[in-house]
Amino acid sequence: MTVTSNPEQLIPETPPNWRKYFSFSTDHKVIGIQYIVTAFFFFLLAGVFAMIMRGELITPEPDLLDRTVYNGLYTMHGTIMLFGWTFPVLSGFANYLVPLMIGARDMAFPRLNAAAFWMIPVVGILLILSFLVPGGPAQSGWWAYPPQSLQNPTGNLINGQFIWLLAVAISGVSSIMGALNIVTTIVRMRAPGMGWFKTPAFVWTVLAAQLIQLYGLPALTAGAVMLLCDLSVGTAFFDPAQGGDPVLFQHFFWFYSHPAVYVMVLPVFGIFSEVFPVYARKPLFGYKIVAVSSLIITGLSGIVWVHHMFASGTPGWMRIVFMASTMLISVPTGIKVFAWVGTIWGGKLRLDTPMLFALGGLINFVFAGITGIMLSSVPIDIHVNNTYFVVGHFHYVLYGTIAFGIFAGIYHWFPKMTGKMYYEGLGKLHFYLTFAGTALNFLPMHPLGLMGMPRRVASYDPEFAFWNVLASLGGFLLGISTIPFILNMVSSWTSGKPAGNNPWKAIGLEWLVSSPPEHENFEEIPIVIAEPYGYGKDEKLTENLGG
Amino acid sequence: MTSLDPTLNQEKLTQSSQVAHKHEEEDNRMLGFIIFLLSESVIFLSFFAGYIVYKTTAVDWLPPGVSGLEIREPAINTVILVSSSFVIYIAERFLHKENLWGFRIFWLLTMVMGSYFLYGQAVEWQGLEFGFTSGVFGGIFYLLTGFHGLHVLTGVLLQAIMLIRSFLPNNYAGGQFGVESTSLFWHFVDVIWIVLFILIYVWQ
Ligand code: HEM
Ligand SMILES: [Cu+2]
Repeated sequence: MTVTSNPEQLIPETPPNWRKYFSFSTDHKVIGIQYIVTAFFFFLLAGVFAMIMRGELITPEPDLLDRTVYNGLYTMHGTIMLFGWTFPVLSGFANYLVPLMIGARDMAFPRLNAAAFWMIPVVGILLILSFLVPGGPAQSGWWAYPPQSLQNPTGNLINGQFIWLLAVAISGVSSIMGALNIVTTIVRMRAPGMGWFKTPAFVWTVLAAQLIQLYGLPALTAGAVMLLCDLSVGTAFFDPAQGGDPVLFQHFFWFYSHPAVYVMVLPVFGIFSEVFPVYARKPLFGYKIVAVSSLIITGLSGIVWVHHMFASGTPGWMRIVFMASTMLISVPTGIKVFAWVGTIWGGKLRLDTPMLFALGGLINFVFAGITGIMLSSVPIDIHVNNTYFVVGHFHYVLYGTIAFGIFAGIYHWFPKMTGKMYYEGLGKLHFYLTFAGTALNFLPMHPLGLMGMPRRVASYDPEFAFWNVLASLGGFLLGISTIPFILNMVSSWTSGKPAGNNPWKAIGLEWLVSSPPEHENFEEIPIVIAEPYGYGKDEKLTENLGG
Repeated sequence: MTSLDPTLNQEKLTQSSQVAHKHEEEDNRMLGFIIFLLSESVIFLSFFAGYIVYKTTAVDWLPPGVSGLEIREPAINTVILVSSSFVIYIAERFLHKENLWGFRIFWLLTMVMGSYFLYGQAVEWQGLEFGFTSGVFGGIFYLLTGFHGLHVLTGVLLQAIMLIRSFLPNNYAGGQFGVESTSLFWHFVDVIWIVLFILIYVWQ
């Protein structure tokens, strides 16, 4: 295959070998992998923090760590898991897959794309460095509520909280740059013939998620700017002692951070929607409704944020309104679950690793959905607010669903990205360890919460010891589960068997090109003539490239 | 294809597809820029929302010793900024008609008006008897006017770049995205100011 050189392109050549992953490449595939690998580095780092916390929590006494160190650890664990792992890894998938799935040669703005990526290591390094400043890293949790986040015991301008805000701001700029790039790409660069209802569900979910970034993130930025002013130059926005309003920060924060949950979970829904049809050999059930329901979630998720503040002195009428909107948003989500079950139902299931992770993720998600609906009802939330019930619930979403979906995606597209096949045995081992670890780690948190154990504490009443020991063992199991994963990735990438263009016999534009795809993906831009997921139908996907 | 000379045809094709490609890229960039502005406007909306919450719930809104904001100078400033939106529009029209000097003159006039606005803002700040640490009011006042002022400054700088670029040969062969987006940005800054003016100065 010859790559025609375009004289107009001012874009620097990408180095040919592994070194390209350390260069300012503008190829969306290189950037996608850069995002994913960087993100996994942060996953491991934040995972180590989690292990240390679980080590502390295995006994009721605060014997391992100082309390302030524990505060710093959960803050950094939460922040790095979200801004260093989940967001970047999903940006990586969007980057890698969207142009391939829509039949484009690259993203709309390749250089902007590279710039957005290179901010992520900066974010990570800043957060790590904050351990070294006097007073240590930020300690006010991943949500940085004032007045805790306004305390500055060292009195230095450069303190942990300051660096935290800086890092979050840079990550926000990077996300906005990424979002406008992805949205423009999806809206304008779909291949000829690919109308909206021929566009894969994953692309829909990415679009829906990135639209949320665009309307939500600026609100958080506004709140962060004001918090930064309070912290550094002495304004009074959120400082109750000077007439400020700390609850206003909570509004800014949750106006973004509830939808942010959908930014993270929507692309995972997209991965589920891509994976199930392949391994069940059936079209995605209710594809069009699944596609549109993503955008409905985008809209609804902008009007539910106050459910995080039921316990913050919110007036009664507001509680009712937001309780109702929260229950409403579970409808489009429920539709998706229904569609996946419909897809699997009666199919000839092939239980390869991607499918196992997708199924496991679906099971965990249903469970998380049940506890979520419980939490959205005001009477229950008032009771368990700030307990381990909440921690259990959101880890079932973040680990049980999102991490599972990401692993499903990694295994599913690994052959495409690297051209190599992973080792199925190690993959399955990874799955079983992860599934068991998740249950053992996060299920006990629910009874703990109902018994009243508060979150964010390094020590607890001995009556909670039993469940905490189980949770800690589960945590260590999750730590162990990453070993077969890393082994598998490294050894398969370097010395796995060649995978071929389409090892899963999947239908989709990305499976029509070589593995890994050439520099500009398609020698000839595909002309799409069929809906996606034509499993069991005897039809061609494209006019010119077959499929 | 009915052409007898396939190579010639091929050449024509690549040429026209290159032009089409250019156009497409311009359109992409415009869409990207509009999305950016929409997103940016949410920051302002959030500040505005914060302002409204503070103003309607505060116990002591104005700092002690302050009775209100002088509205005359800011009103003049408003008129100037709003008119500059029309001036920049005329400049853009001239460029479309490929009248470069007409473009430059009106473009420069916009810059002068924008700079005057910044000057007026600075003078106003200097005359105020409260600072950004004077309670919530002082903070949000300086935050809003300062953040908006930064946008005005950015606008003027962008305009300066476009003005310089207009002297480079062959500059608009590849389209006028730079000028169009700068102008759009200017309208955006203008609209934000109108809301800001009503919130802070009119609604006292
Ligand atoms: C090995 C797996 C994990 C373990 C053992 C673990 C454990 C923990 C523990 C012990 C806490 C602190 C609870 C408290 O003291 O209140 C915590 C908080 C948190 N975790 Fe994890 N976690 C894991 C994975 C994840 C993942 C994958 C994510 C996100 C993608 C995540 C996001 C968070 C967040 C956002 C918090 C809240 C931090 C805060 O309170 O500000 N965790 N986790
Ligand atoms: Cu929420």
